[in-house]
Amino acid sequence: MNLLETHGLSRSFGGLKAVDEVDFALPEGQVRALIGPNGAGKSTFVAAVCGRIPADGGSVHFAGRNVSRLPAHRRIELGMAYTFQITSVFANLTAHENVALGVRRVARAGGSDIEERVLAALDRVGLVDRAVQRAGDLSYGHQRLLELAMGLGQEPRLLILDEPTQGLSEGEVEDFKSLIRQLSGETTILLIEHNMKVVMETAERITVLNFGRVLAEGTPEEVRANGDVQAAYLGTG
Amino acid sequence: MTRTLNENLLHFGILAVLASLFFIVPDYHDGNLARIMVLAVYAVGYNLLFGYSGLLSLGHALFFAAGMYGLGLSMRHFGLPAFPALLVGIASAAAVSAAVGFLALRTSGVAFMIVTLMFAQAGFLTALHFGEYTRGDEGFVIQQASRAIAGIDLSDHTNRYFAAFGVFALAYAAVAVLVRTRFGRCLVAIRENEERARMLGYDVWMHKYLAVIVSGTISGMAGAAYALLFGYAGATFASVQYSILPLLWVLLGGAGTTIGPLVGTAFAFYLLDLASEVTTAHLLVVGLAIVLLTLFAPQGIAGELRRRGMGWLP
Repeated sequence: MNLLETHGLSRSFGGLKAVDEVDFALPEGQVRALIGPNGAGKSTFVAAVCGRIPADGGSVHFAGRNVSRLPAHRRIELGMAYTFQITSVFANLTAHENVALGVRRVARAGGSDIEERVLAALDRVGLVDRAVQRAGDLSYGHQRLLELAMGLGQEPRLLILDEPTQGLSEGEVEDFKSLIRQLSGETTILLIEHNMKVVMETAERITVLNFGRVLAEGTPEEVRANGDVQAAYLGTG
Repeated sequence: MTRTLNENLLHFGILAVLASLFFIVPDYHDGNLARIMVLAVYAVGYNLLFGYSGLLSLGHALFFAAGMYGLGLSMRHFGLPAFPALLVGIASAAAVSAAVGFLALRTSGVAFMIVTLMFAQAGFLTALHFGEYTRGDEGFVIQQASRAIAGIDLSDHTNRYFAAFGVFALAYAAVAVLVRTRFGRCLVAIRENEERARMLGYDVWMHKYLAVIVSGTISGMAGAAYALLFGYAGATFASVQYSILPLLWVLLGGAGTTIGPLVGTAFAFYLLDLASEVTTAHLLVVGLAIVLLTLFAPQGIAGELRRRGMGWLP
């Protein structure tokens, strides 16, 4: 069953068609990477999926339901979680509170349960020791990881990650890859990523966007071998 | 958690000190403190919206006046007893803030300030326009005989003090509890980063709207209590000055802290009181104090304490 589908999803900025009639389907449980050259419309596409940016046309279906008319917070409530490309943590709140805000929305149960889930999410990204630190005082890489923990804390059905490894050290990228592998059994992941090593090693399937359109889709091997993709990346198309 | 324990000790400590001050300080100060506590309720309501939710309203006098006139007019023209009139006052403020919030929250930032200011001015002018009923600027006195609830005469010195204390304790405790809930934490998140709060799945508009209503209702409760305890309602309380004052008190005391509104209100009240004993240029002294505080403690008094080692301060 497809957890997420888009039909003819479009979004323009002025005359520029950032996302141009994209048909996309993501089966439940899959780790999907979304790649493409700069300006290909990847971020706009996921922003339109979760409602952060309104789409001009087309539809978004999530868990069998047409969510095109729902505002962003309602889509998130249905089980999407979105992490920002440009780190957007609550700088003046502690790392713990940042994650707790996400956990509290989904967990209506008692406080101890919330506490456990916050610490579990922080632990998964290796930030549990820094729980009481102000998020704004964390290093950039740690703020990226905190974004990720905020997503995990919501225990989403679909986790949308917009360039999660940007600014991470090599060691942190390794940890990230193993985290994605762990998560792959639990949740569906849509990953925008520039680091090809991460993409090739974690994604089950890859969708390539170029000029707002789907250029190719397939397994990592298929995409790697695709001539159009190579041309788009090398700019010789 | 020790943090929660600290907070609770502070809350109970403050209320205990306020209750016992009555027996310690001279009568003159009792009167002042009663007034400060009622005005601090106003500041507590304002702080919920400004300090915790990050929404700067310049029109809270409308809510204060809605409570004041809701009580005053229903006693004066319909002969309502004090307690039902108090409820009418609170309900009026709730209704007015629900209507104003619904419209004003279509805007944000500076536009929100202007829109709330305009609504409050419209309210002020309405009070003047219907001078036949409200007696405008001059205002009207609420008869001493009618200022009693359950046989307790609220114009009596002692009763008035403890009535003011009761209203303050209620508002203070309600907000102290509220800001610890999921709802309250979300307000802080909205203040800090609205877009992020939205993308965590919170209905930002609805949270802000409820914050306006709760804040406006508490402010209105202060207005109604003021009219009841001090026996007077007048259009001055609907003027722009009374929209600025709670902002000032909250800034002085510390925005987004639970004790800030009380501290700021007391500080401003006594500063004015002491300065006017010394000099006729008392507003100059007040102005100077505000400039100094803004320069050296921009987070307000409680905010400064929090920064200097009392990080647990709620």
